[in-house]
Amino acid sequence: MTSIPTETAQPGKASLFYDPKIRGYVYQLALLGLVAFLVWSAASNAIENLRAQKIASGFGFWHNAAGFDVNQKLIPFSASGSTYGQAFWVGLLNTLLVASIGIVLSTFLGFFVGVARLSSNWVLAKLAMIYVEVIRNLPLLLQLFFWYNAVLKPLPDARNSIALPGSIFLNNRGLILPNPQFGPAFQAVVIAFFIAVVVAIVFYRWSKKQQARTGTQYPNGLITLALIFGVPLLVFFLAGSPLSFELPQQGRFNLTGGLQIFPEFVALLIGLTTYTAGFIAEVVRAGILAVSKGQTEAANALGLRAGPTLKLVVIPQAMRVIIPPLTSNYLNLTKNSSLAVAIGYPDLVQVFTGTVLNQTGQAVEVVAITMAVYLTISLVTSLFMNIYNKRMALVER
Amino acid sequence: MNNIVTTVLAAAALVASAGATSAQTNTLAQIKARGVLNCGTSPGLAGFAMPDAQGNYKGLDVDLCRGIAAAIFNDPLKVKFVPLSSKDRFTALQAGEVDLLSRTTTWTMSRDTSLGLNFAGVNYYDGQGFMVRKKLGVDSALKLAGASVCVAQGTTTELNLADYFRSNKMKYEVVAFAGGDETIKAYESGRCDVFTTDSSGLYAERLKLQVPADHIVLPEIISKEPLGPVVRHGDDNWFDVVKWTHNAMLNAEELGVTQANVEQMLKSDNPEIKRLVGTEGKFGEAIGLTNDWAYRIVKHVGNYGDVFDRNVGEGSLLKIARGQNALWTKGGLQYAPPIR
Repeated sequence: MTSIPTETAQPGKASLFYDPKIRGYVYQLALLGLVAFLVWSAASNAIENLRAQKIASGFGFWHNAAGFDVNQKLIPFSASGSTYGQAFWVGLLNTLLVASIGIVLSTFLGFFVGVARLSSNWVLAKLAMIYVEVIRNLPLLLQLFFWYNAVLKPLPDARNSIALPGSIFLNNRGLILPNPQFGPAFQAVVIAFFIAVVVAIVFYRWSKKQQARTGTQYPNGLITLALIFGVPLLVFFLAGSPLSFELPQQGRFNLTGGLQIFPEFVALLIGLTTYTAGFIAEVVRAGILAVSKGQTEAANALGLRAGPTLKLVVIPQAMRVIIPPLTSNYLNLTKNSSLAVAIGYPDLVQVFTGTVLNQTGQAVEVVAITMAVYLTISLVTSLFMNIYNKRMALVER
Repeated sequence: MNNIVTTVLAAAALVASAGATSAQTNTLAQIKARGVLNCGTSPGLAGFAMPDAQGNYKGLDVDLCRGIAAAIFNDPLKVKFVPLSSKDRFTALQAGEVDLLSRTTTWTMSRDTSLGLNFAGVNYYDGQGFMVRKKLGVDSALKLAGASVCVAQGTTTELNLADYFRSNKMKYEVVAFAGGDETIKAYESGRCDVFTTDSSGLYAERLKLQVPADHIVLPEIISKEPLGPVVRHGDDNWFDVVKWTHNAMLNAEELGVTQANVEQMLKSDNPEIKRLVGTEGKFGEAIGLTNDWAYRIVKHVGNYGDVFDRNVGEGSLLKIARGQNALWTKGGLQYAPPIR
């Protein structure tokens, strides 16, 4: 009995020392201080040692002439005038190119395989299962070597290229297409395309509203397609076809003058797409299985056929389960694209962390920049997927 | 893949552990305490550094490391070889993973200055060349316009290639790979018309091809590639040890001291030989070794001529002529300062 009043008699002293909240702050501050100290000492140690070893440091190398060439480049780059900074952009754009195309393709393939695995068609379901199990259980690097050698080796050399219709050639240097040369009037076609896209979006919104109000369904898909392809095509002919093609010519060594799609790019794209699609398929399958069977039965009871049931009832509910792990797979695909270095595709890691690091010797700076880039790409991807996730989340009314 | 990991680890090690190397810059003392020399070499280049069937490294660059180990420990086997790709080699050296690079590395001004490195001599005078398939019917590098060229990335080769095609106003397509093996494989599979590297490397890599006789090396040598051992800045004594191991091998050849006759040479009256084998003067102690350091090198590894002949010359599969690598007394460029 006496102990209670004595404890309450001096609450300030005891609680300040034993208050879990204050203790928590103290520990967190201590941890923060420790981490800051470690980072600071590592950084100052590195700077001091780099100076002691007379290794040039800093970002001055960014504007120095690069002096090497890269085969696949989306921006002008040449050994004669370009800098290490431009080499960075070449590598980054190549990474973004293969990652973005890979994300789109692997999403389509993954959804298809994931749905196919749940199909009532036994052969289709088993094929999808074999695909997923084989792809998921082999290391990506091995698959890249397989695709690179499988894409590359069986193709004939440049002198015996396979000629496809439309002056398209296929050989072990890649796929060589006629190089499009755009006339000045082509701008009109591009503008028409964007106008068509805007009109299609407006129409889509209007038709949805109409549907909500009156129940009338419009053939949205067909109309969108007609707008996006039809309008630019019409403008193209009205403007007098402002497009010509530079056809590939057989040179001494290779076909010259065409638009070349490099086998390194193709191999990396196929490898990343098929590999990631295997994981996406499982994510999709899990998402669909997470939707209660009662939903399908209810849709069937309403008289919906299998297609609309999947599209209107199951997939929208499954998306809530699918999106978070789907984001992880997108991030993995982007990061895995750095394996490009093994098959000679000039991505960020190959060009920047490879050649630029080696020619300049600025290991710390180059690796830090590369890490920052991958971190940024990942965070931006996450951000967009989270926004999408919010929009897809269950709206309670 | 491995290369990325190595690069990142090496960069991390450079940040974290560079302290160890600069705080105590006495590399020689560290090696003696460790009991083994860490030597960075090529992952596999016939004649220069290549493990044989038993896993023992053999080659011109390997023998330089063995010579240094012989000088320090009187045992040429106390070397740990660290295979490094051209892309990772400098980071590994800077981070202290290896004590020296003996790895067909071209001595250039930027490497010697801004990379924080020191080149300890030239153990092979080389130049960049091109290899093509015979059936292409090309007999000169000047006819290579429009060709696609396979090259290892992060090398001087990559830069010379760009310079050469640019200065001759020829277009080309470059395909760069992280490692030498991937590069030669891509060339063999037909991805490229041309394979380029230092001409010694061309002869060595040609041996890896299925039918070496189907490929020719074009006559043009487009660059100077003085290859030699490399150490870190800031440890002059260790720099001296590496430099003088190479010089001792050259001086031994010039004085006619070979692996076969070095025992008899201990009794020689020639003052130059006496200084080399350590029977006169205290030259070894001056660099922190024993006075018979050069005797040990020649006894265990041989003189420069022995090493050249065994690994890349007439006694090897490569059969490269001495050429520029002959001693200065025989019209070549190999010249060592005297021991005195």
